[in-house]
Amino acid sequence: MLDVAQIRRDFPVLERTVNGRRLVYLDNGATTQKPRQVIEALTRFYSLHNANIHRGIHTLAEEATALYEDVRAKVAAFINAPHASEVVFTRNTTEAINLVAAAWGRKFLRPGDEIVITLMEHHSNIVPWQLVAAATGARLRAIPFLPDGTLDLDAARALIGSGRVRLVAVVHMSNVLGTINPVAELAEMAHAAGAVLLVDGAQSVPHLPVDVQALGADFLAFSAHKMLGPTGVGVLWARRALLEAMDPYQGGGSMIGTVAIEGSTWAEVPQKFEAGTPNIADVVAFGAALDYLRELGMDAVRAHEIALTRYALDALRALPEVRVVGPSEATARGGIIAFSYADLHPHDVSQVLDRYGVAVRAGHHCTQPLHRALNLEVAATTRASFYIYNDRDDVDALVEALQATGRFFGIPAAARAQAGT
Amino acid sequence: MVSRPEPELDDIYREIILDHYRRPRNRGLLPDATVTAEGVNPICGDQLKLTLKLDGDRIAAVGFKGSGCAISQSSASLMTEAIRQRTLTDAERLKRAFEAMMVEGAAPVAELGDLEALQGVSKLPARVKCALLAWKVLGEALKERQGTAAAVTTEE
Repeated sequence: MLDVAQIRRDFPVLERTVNGRRLVYLDNGATTQKPRQVIEALTRFYSLHNANIHRGIHTLAEEATALYEDVRAKVAAFINAPHASEVVFTRNTTEAINLVAAAWGRKFLRPGDEIVITLMEHHSNIVPWQLVAAATGARLRAIPFLPDGTLDLDAARALIGSGRVRLVAVVHMSNVLGTINPVAELAEMAHAAGAVLLVDGAQSVPHLPVDVQALGADFLAFSAHKMLGPTGVGVLWARRALLEAMDPYQGGGSMIGTVAIEGSTWAEVPQKFEAGTPNIADVVAFGAALDYLRELGMDAVRAHEIALTRYALDALRALPEVRVVGPSEATARGGIIAFSYADLHPHDVSQVLDRYGVAVRAGHHCTQPLHRALNLEVAATTRASFYIYNDRDDVDALVEALQATGRFFGIPAAARAQAGT
Repeated sequence: MVSRPEPELDDIYREIILDHYRRPRNRGLLPDATVTAEGVNPICGDQLKLTLKLDGDRIAAVGFKGSGCAISQSSASLMTEAIRQRTLTDAERLKRAFEAMMVEGAAPVAELGDLEALQGVSKLPARVKCALLAWKVLGEALKERQGTAAAVTTEE
């Protein structure tokens, strides 16, 4: 198990107060806090090694290039990718998915081809496919989910087996339901149908051991900032043969072989997909985040979150008029708990929680189709999401603040609970 | 449990706001409306439909229907009370005064009356749009009314 007290000492922001209270940061699905190791790596890079990469023949340029490329190798090891050259740095998960939609989709999709996603996708795994479908004449279809928040695998089999599917794009861990989808099974279905599988790992890679070879994925996209790293760095991993077959995404410096006015040739992968000066310093600092997680061990991170999620699910379900969405078993989901509270709007709930120092997310969490399918009174939820520095005290603070919210807005059950038991 | 002081919520959710949230005034659409307008806040999903019954230049009756947070719904309820039985010119002036208080941080003018209760929300950039939704929809209604009037004038 994780030593949460020890971990918390590495996160300077956790020492601050919000509205006179201890900060209870439960918005990790949106972005995580940064340990001092990551903050120091960032300032160390700018203080000692700053230079552009892959061009200068001088000491700083060589150091900067080595630091940057070293992180590519760390990323590959973290997700058990066969080659570091299969790791492309992007701005974020969204850009990684857009890269595939543009560079793979526009080249290989034909009119009548089908792209299959799920109804629990983040908008970033919906809209890029709509754009590429409109440009190529392909059709977008979505696998629904069952009332328990798990994917409808019968529907998945039927949709993926239509004979026209070229690409399946699924979220590994839902950012609302917390559902962990059976990616290996979906990969088998996709490959049997002659399609490739893209996995949106924005929520899974930070919280679970993820092995791209074991999953059978063809593409994996995720973001550094949701796993202790800086904002502005995303990762696209793809099988090397796919990267080589794809067109470039953006044209410019660094991505070329030779350039002539009559035409140009492309650099080898991954440079072919990294046009222009990349976000060097933040990639280097991301390396410190990967080191931090590797030292904790992703199995230990997962075990910590299962235990905390189980505790939180029990505590939240005990509150009258709280309705948690998603799978009921902590082992079937990540440390993400979205819920509705009586008929209160999530913005009012999170506003009151903030006054108690509790930071949560409120709204549709960029998943409007998912929220529509949930059929809630208000098409929005309040979401608490955990990470390595959260503990039972944080869950207790959330529950206490929710009870206060209920009393404040005059929810009868909350008032009764206060007067009676 | 250690007893701690309750955090200050009254500056955002003043009693009058909670009252209008729990018991909205002028709720329900007018069957004989002269002007209808609606709007949404795409980020939070708040939605509002507004109906006005005009008697010449005067707002004789007003009704609204909507869903959303306490701020957006109480703001709508307070607005309907403020513009009922007022002229369109008065409504336009109230709208400007309300927006000045919420967006520019202007001190509330006396004419705003109970609407002054929403001033605390002006300090929360993420929530200002909630309070403004009803007024944005009113603006649409006023524009539509002018459009109709202009069209009628052109025909004459």
